[in-house]
Amino acid sequence: MKVVLQNLTKKFPSRNKKSGDEVIAVNNFNFEIPDGKLIGLLGPSGCGKSTALNLISGLIQPTSGRILFGDDDVTNLPPENRGVGLVFQSYALYPHLTVKQNIMFPLQNLKGSARPSPEEMERRVLEAAKLVQIENLMERKPGEMSGGQQQRVAIARAVVKMPRVLLLDEPLSNLDARLRLQTREEIRRIQRDTGITTVFVTHDQEEAMSISDMIVVMKDGVVQQIGKPQDVYDSPVNLFVSKFLGTPPINVFDGAVKGGRLFIGGEAVLDAPGVKDGPVWAGIRPEGFILDENGPFTCALTGVEVMGRDISVVCGHEKNAGAGAIRAIISAEHRPAEGAKTVRFSLKPYKVFLFDHETEARIEVVGK
Amino acid sequence: MNKENNLKGWLYLLPAILFLGFFMVYPLVDVFIYSFEEGYNSASQTFFGVGLYNYSYVLHDPYFLQALKNTFILVIITVPLSTIIALLISVGLNSITAVKKLYQTVYFLPYVTNTLAVGLVFMILFKKTAYTDGLANLVLAWFGRGPIDFIDGPYWAKMFVLCFYTIWVVMPFKVLILTSALASVNQDYYNAAKVDGTSSFRIFRKITLPMISPMIFYLVITGFIGAFKAYSDAVALFGTNLNAAEMNTIVGYVYDMLYGDSGGYPSYASAAAILLFAVVFTITLINLSISKKNVHY
Repeated sequence: MKVVLQNLTKKFPSRNKKSGDEVIAVNNFNFEIPDGKLIGLLGPSGCGKSTALNLISGLIQPTSGRILFGDDDVTNLPPENRGVGLVFQSYALYPHLTVKQNIMFPLQNLKGSARPSPEEMERRVLEAAKLVQIENLMERKPGEMSGGQQQRVAIARAVVKMPRVLLLDEPLSNLDARLRLQTREEIRRIQRDTGITTVFVTHDQEEAMSISDMIVVMKDGVVQQIGKPQDVYDSPVNLFVSKFLGTPPINVFDGAVKGGRLFIGGEAVLDAPGVKDGPVWAGIRPEGFILDENGPFTCALTGVEVMGRDISVVCGHEKNAGAGAIRAIISAEHRPAEGAKTVRFSLKPYKVFLFDHETEARIEVVGK
Repeated sequence: MNKENNLKGWLYLLPAILFLGFFMVYPLVDVFIYSFEEGYNSASQTFFGVGLYNYSYVLHDPYFLQALKNTFILVIITVPLSTIIALLISVGLNSITAVKKLYQTVYFLPYVTNTLAVGLVFMILFKKTAYTDGLANLVLAWFGRGPIDFIDGPYWAKMFVLCFYTIWVVMPFKVLILTSALASVNQDYYNAAKVDGTSSFRIFRKITLPMISPMIFYLVITGFIGAFKAYSDAVALFGTNLNAAEMNTIVGYVYDMLYGDSGGYPSYASAAAILLFAVVFTITLINLSISKKNVHY
């Protein structure tokens, strides 16, 4: 079931009554989620991604705009009539019910002809449990299970009624690092197996990039960029998106373009044909550096972090405009000379992005 | 844990042990002993013999049987009724947003009001005097009933007032506990139920009730114990001569046996107190065993 958001806006009244300013949690969303895809809503805390999810679920009513599931306008439908399955960040499993009773709960709510027979209910509960591989835990209570198992139960409960759209709110945030890795693969598999259009919310860019068919990057209630994870990573539309995606984060420099060349400090590091002169933010991905004794980019070496296959060269630069030190990821086969004070790099042009100094929007470089 | 540490531990506990020993354990044991000492005289500290006569006397005393009956009726009517009404009020309070604080205050007011003052108000509401039939009878008259003397009249009328009064007095505490219990239920459960299309009755029965069941259980247990120990409520309404009013309670009977006009019988009082203890203990055990199945922690 494809999901279409049209001019979707949600404003909350301000908590500060004096100023009377409204908080715009979701600002004029216009996008389409294709049928059967896994979509990651990505953004920092407070960017309105959970609000967007709750708008789709129907728990929150939009201030304006429309939501369509396929051709159905569901904007004014209550959540129970939308056919959505929702997995909460806290899982919200009923602690006094067993796993089986929890999964069966949505089915038992059905009335009249929609209500399956008891045997049918049993069958569907077992099917959902098998899907998330918890069929041997059916008599446990949520309190007797690990976070990962509870997560699976929550997903089983959401899919047992065969929703048209599955929504997951920060599904992995309560899990430890290893389980997170494992569970995100699970979510991907379950989504593929069922083919249900799935939207999940996360502030973890790695999580979103790794399993989504498409990511929606948000900031302050505004959609910044929509696209395939790799496309967004390779071609961010603005400084925010470039900084938000990637670990270690992109290195940002306060640079300038003069005569079609990019200057960082006094060094002309790269050709920038067709870009008009003036100050720019230059973003260089950590993997965009090549160790090169004759390279145009010089920085003060502060350390080398060994990560096995790769090494991370940490250095400082007077024009560094990012939050941390500059990091360059290079193959472990090359490393800076022992005892060197400075290190020189040449740059991969397609890993360098230029952003307007004022608007922070991407500046396209001709012929790249 | 070495010996010296052990000694230190006991030293720390000493004040509490002394205090509890003198003022709780010793009197409890003493009451138990008194209850078997026949014809104990507190002035001369003498008694005739040891046996079950005190229990036999108390159990054959019509005043005690009356008190026992009154207490049981009071418990059976007020505990379930007050808990259910408190639950309804709390759910109501929890679902309104406007003037919620005001209502919470209003419902809590009786809790900080003096029992005897409240009793006086109830007297004015229900008492029939030579000048007026009282406010309750005024209302009854609209429906073409009455007048009934609730304070000096028939047994059931007096029992009604006592139950009404008791429920009214215990309500604020129960409402307070239940509103906070309801407010502490994670909103996600309700949202999850809503997305799954759960009817509000089913939400209440399958989610709200189990979630607050520990608090309900606490209120039932303390409610039972409190109602079994009722005394001041009856005094506030019917004065100190409760036997004459047929409104005595077990605790009232114990008090009368010690200090009342017919008092001065600590042995009978002790036996009655031990009987009360046995009843409360049994009921609490039953409550606990029922709760194992129905209370979800």
